[in-house]
Amino acid sequence: MKLELRGITKSFGALVANDHIDLVVESGEIHSLLGENGAGKSTLMNVLYGLYEPTAGEILIDDKPVMFAGPADAMAAGIGMVHQHFMLVPVFTVAENVALGGETTGFGGILNLDDTRRKIREISARFGFDVDPDALVDELPVGVQQRVEIIKALVRNAKILILDEPTAVLTPQETDELMDIMGQLKSNGTSIVFISHKLREVKAVSDTITVIRRGKVVGSADPGAATTELASMMVGRAVSLTLDKADAEPGEVTFKVSNLTVMNDAGQRLLNDISFSVADGEILAIAGVQGNGQTELTEAVLGLHKHIQGSIMLDGRELVGRSVRQVLDAGVGFVPEDRQDDGLVGEFSIAENLVLDLYTQEPYSRWGSMNRAVIAKNAKEKVAEFDVRTQSSQDAADTLSGGNQQKVVLARELSRPLKLFIASQPTRGVDVGSIEFLHKRIVAERDGGTPVIIVSTELDEVLELGDRIAVLYAGRLMGIVPGKSSRELLGLMMAGLPADEAQAQLDAPAAGSSGAGDVAPAGDTEGERS
Amino acid sequence: MSVTANIKPSKAVDRVAIRSWKNPILLGVLALFAVVVFALLGPSGDATFRISQDSDVWQVPNLVLPTKVFGIVVALLCVGLAVTAYRQMKQEGRIAKWVTMAFAVVFVVGLLVWIIGGTKTQNITLVGLFTGAMLITTPLVFGSLSGVLCERSGVVNIAIEGQLLAGAFTAALVASITQNAFAGLLAAAVAGMLVSFLLAAFSIKYVVNQIIVGVVLNVLVSGLTGFLFEKIMKTKVDGVTIYNQPVHLPDLPIPFLSEIPILGPMLFRQSIIGYLMLILVAAIWFGLFRTRWGLRIRAVGEHPKAADTVGINVNRTRFLNVLAGGAIAGVGGAYFTLVAVSSFSKDMTGGLGFIALAALIFGRWNPIGAALAALLFGVAGNLQSILSLAGTPIDGQFLAMLPYALTILAVSGFVGKSRAPAADGEPYIKG
Amino acid sequence: MSETQTVKEPTPPAKESQGSQVFREIMSGSAMISVLAVFVALVIGGILIAVTDPRVSASSGYFFADPGATLSAVWSAVSEAYGALWRGATYDPTARTWQGQLGIFETLTFATPLILSGLAVTLAFRAGLFNIGAQGQILLGATFAGIIGFQMQLPPVIHLLAVILAGAIGGAIWGGIAGFLKARTGAHEVIVTIMLNYIAVSLVLYLLKNQLKAPGSTNPISAQMHDTALFPLLLGPNFRLNAGFILAILAVIVVAWLLNRSTLGFEYRAIGANPKAARTAGMLVSRGYTTVMLISGALAGLAGVAQIAGTEKTLDSDIAGSIGFDAITVALLGRSKPWGTFFAALLFGAFKAGGTSMAVNADVSIDIVAVVQSLIVLFIAAPPLIRSIFRIKAVRREGASA
Repeated sequence: MKLELRGITKSFGALVANDHIDLVVESGEIHSLLGENGAGKSTLMNVLYGLYEPTAGEILIDDKPVMFAGPADAMAAGIGMVHQHFMLVPVFTVAENVALGGETTGFGGILNLDDTRRKIREISARFGFDVDPDALVDELPVGVQQRVEIIKALVRNAKILILDEPTAVLTPQETDELMDIMGQLKSNGTSIVFISHKLREVKAVSDTITVIRRGKVVGSADPGAATTELASMMVGRAVSLTLDKADAEPGEVTFKVSNLTVMNDAGQRLLNDISFSVADGEILAIAGVQGNGQTELTEAVLGLHKHIQGSIMLDGRELVGRSVRQVLDAGVGFVPEDRQDDGLVGEFSIAENLVLDLYTQEPYSRWGSMNRAVIAKNAKEKVAEFDVRTQSSQDAADTLSGGNQQKVVLARELSRPLKLFIASQPTRGVDVGSIEFLHKRIVAERDGGTPVIIVSTELDEVLELGDRIAVLYAGRLMGIVPGKSSRELLGLMMAGLPADEAQAQLDAPAAGSSGAGDVAPAGDTEGERS
Repeated sequence: MSVTANIKPSKAVDRVAIRSWKNPILLGVLALFAVVVFALLGPSGDATFRISQDSDVWQVPNLVLPTKVFGIVVALLCVGLAVTAYRQMKQEGRIAKWVTMAFAVVFVVGLLVWIIGGTKTQNITLVGLFTGAMLITTPLVFGSLSGVLCERSGVVNIAIEGQLLAGAFTAALVASITQNAFAGLLAAAVAGMLVSFLLAAFSIKYVVNQIIVGVVLNVLVSGLTGFLFEKIMKTKVDGVTIYNQPVHLPDLPIPFLSEIPILGPMLFRQSIIGYLMLILVAAIWFGLFRTRWGLRIRAVGEHPKAADTVGINVNRTRFLNVLAGGAIAGVGGAYFTLVAVSSFSKDMTGGLGFIALAALIFGRWNPIGAALAALLFGVAGNLQSILSLAGTPIDGQFLAMLPYALTILAVSGFVGKSRAPAADGEPYIKG
Repeated sequence: MSETQTVKEPTPPAKESQGSQVFREIMSGSAMISVLAVFVALVIGGILIAVTDPRVSASSGYFFADPGATLSAVWSAVSEAYGALWRGATYDPTARTWQGQLGIFETLTFATPLILSGLAVTLAFRAGLFNIGAQGQILLGATFAGIIGFQMQLPPVIHLLAVILAGAIGGAIWGGIAGFLKARTGAHEVIVTIMLNYIAVSLVLYLLKNQLKAPGSTNPISAQMHDTALFPLLLGPNFRLNAGFILAILAVIVVAWLLNRSTLGFEYRAIGANPKAARTAGMLVSRGYTTVMLISGALAGLAGVAQIAGTEKTLDSDIAGSIGFDAITVALLGRSKPWGTFFAALLFGAFKAGGTSMAVNADVSIDIVAVVQSLIVLFIAAPPLIRSIFRIKAVRREGASA
């Protein structure tokens, strides 16, 4: 089936998310949409899937124009979508989720799930999935949930499958398996639209690549194109993919985590017996696929978790058992992974957000009463120093772009003498210009002698910033390796191999272990990158 | 090929027991209460439970229990179960379901015997207790079913009270004017739907907070019915208030079934509203958990976006469910003026709508659970009025508090886990 | 419906807490919307008054023969009712006594408990909590105040101060329970406060039948408050207006400072707008929930004091009337701002004062006031509705004149 988008425009008020986008997906091809976070890829696909109504433009299937009033129409036309955030009801079983919206029923609308179960088993057998139709989705690992989403689309006879950032939650190994599945789907005649901002994956899997920037198509490329060329198309200028930073000069070890275990209320170990330390003037980058304990690690340091065993020492003082307030007062600067959820109060002004964790201190307040003049003056200084693009520091924080919001958080956290600086996903959803600025400020803090911990799921960022790199997998520390380690090594560790085993596998590629074989293709792109 | 063999779950699966001491503490406190009150301070003499009435076809002998001895037995059982709960929590990190269930049953029975043994007459007619309870239970069930439909689809319904009141008023007015009770019943359903329409329109279309809308609608309906009551129903024509003389729905006893002791008079000697209640509880339960309709409603209430992406119109589903809920609550309101009492009076629902909300939560958003909770609350309410005449060791006001106190315990996690649908109260805005 | 919603800005609704979303709805409307909402609500109330008026229904029988008669009947029914409402709430030159003429002071008297309980709802609201329990907190406040007021003998000023303090404590306990349960177990405060309202009624009834019953009385009603425990009257014995009103104004000033200027208020607002960010910034969210409900309950408790030590003088289980629910509407109309709440309470106080006069002088049940109040709040909470109503009218007017 051939899909064509002609002049699709989608605007939200004054914001134009898609600007006259033309796109042709030929039958049986894997067509990648490459673009930065916020470039408009997901909006475009939501238009295609009938979730948004386009402001202008038309969609053609096999050269006939179609109109989608909702996802039901899109599905009927043979379009299936695997969303970035899975659209699965957690308390339903796999079969119930797959059936939903297209249920087989008996007399009086009575559900008959046997038919659905049979189809799930059929598709599972065809693609080698191991999916139990009666398992509760909530209890399935992320990789399996993604397969349920693919099954959902295939059960509805999707001829065009949209995969929206499908690899964000997968290990490199799971990613490679997904790519195998995509290959099989393609050979069955299914067209695939693959949305990603990861150059390596796009190059490895695509037949055609279309690059989108700021809501516009900026061109198409051949999968054989050089990584740097794709990158500069994506961000709109030549980018140096490496940050100029001097080698670290580690001082005394002042931050030490020993045998740290964190549990949730249900008693699951989210972090299991972690030990590491960070020296003054050093950046420890923590890598890993999302959801492997990174969030819990940073939150444990900050004192946000109840069920903790082990010890976290800063400057000879125990942090475990202290309140967040006490941890902050002990000199910890903290940039949470989700700035809108955890870092900012969106309705508060920029000025108020800049004192969000300093408001109890003089001169911002005295005798329980806030000093507005001082707070306004502080805001003016910080906005200038961190180049926050805003009309006024009295504007609400949620009027700012992602990058500027992150600058506000960073400005606040770096505006006092620190003994430890922790930043989670410091540049997620941030434009390239701001990324450079933010990275430089982080390195500057390191050079000032502060121990720094950076958590990131982006390997590029980890490799750029880390003086040493720790890898977390399923709540365990796979090891700590030097900052200039290879992608393959990190990939294997992110997939659950301890550092020494991963290194051994790389040293002996002939061993034929499945893990090494699957990850190997990454090697050629690595060569182009440097 | 097989790609699955290599997948390692990226969720952590290690598990250690995190102990919650809420339940053992609660059971311990209640066991202590049983020891002191039922056993040590228990009244002497016998408590008599009369099961059959003289007119019954089958005669079942009365149940006579020696209060003091029975109190001691109950207290010992409670202590034993509380200790078991404590041990289970200590060793396994959780309490087996049967322990809490058994404790609840034993404690309630002990409480009942202690109360009856403490009255002057020391006896109670169970038929009276349960049939009287139905006067409260019936509107509660309708109200809580309205809540089930709304909240399962993701709309919080605080306006049950208003829906009941609107139904009661309209039923009285229309049944008086038309001299036809069924017309009154139908009109009550429509009135309940109108209240629901406002709830749906404001909370779904205008995305006003659902709790605000619910609270305000209760005030609106109370004011409106009060105003019309003064203006219309009190109007006398030839010295009679003709607009507040509703024709009543007749009782329709089912032969044979209505002769079963206790259950017969309770369930099978009712008006059409009573039978409708039984049917609705079963139908809504079956519908929710066994049909396409229910699967979609639950999906909309748990994860509206997921429902949207498979082509289910979230807001229309919600709108329709809220309307259906309103109709059901309206019928429940009609019960007041077409069955229970002779005419409408101002604010006659007296907060039952909020007890219905409590029943809904205590029944964990499940139609059958809600109906059983409504029965429990109805029995407690009726016991209170029976006892206010008989003189008791416990003030009726404490029985009146029971539904509310139990609900607070339920939402605080003391009585099992009461979890609302995930998207309950969250408006759904596309995009 | 779906068309209008698809073009909305892609704001992620799941990201913000319920409290903040409600808060934005309430705060985002303009003052114009409030005025229009009051107007539309009065119009609908007027329609109700007209259609139930016997003269209107009599003349509508020959509407087509003489539409003027019907219209004049409508006009006289509505104008009489609202005229009586207005005069009763402000100044009535036709009243027989000069005390009766000055309804404005009755308005202030009725407004007093509404201001205090409205502040209770407002404060909790800004911290992201929905205090539906002002009713129960008022009752407990009045009970605690009453216990000091009619069961103890104390020297004049000290007695009143003790009554005020006791009332605040009573309300604080009842509010604090909800806050504590929310903080410790996550129990939804809406459910808990609703349930506590009813528990409070039962509790007070129990006390009134036993410990607190007036000697010799058969009804569940308490003895009179001692004179030393009463708020002094501000305008002499002819008016009910008392020092409770001064207390209410002080409360507005304190709450305004607390919310807008103090570090505690900064914390509450942060918790209300984004509890997760507040927690990450080192604020103790659970302590915030508990303390804000303690203060909120105390304010509602003061409304109970205003009742028992101001106007009612004896305790019965109905002493809170409908104040607890009116408080919610007052807070919403006041857009959850302290001074906004103050003026909203004055308006609703005027409705109450005027409603009584309307019932007597125009034979229109005071229930119409509840209808108008609830309509006002519905319209204010849904600005698009008000806008669409007036846009349609504007278009029609153009069409008519063209």
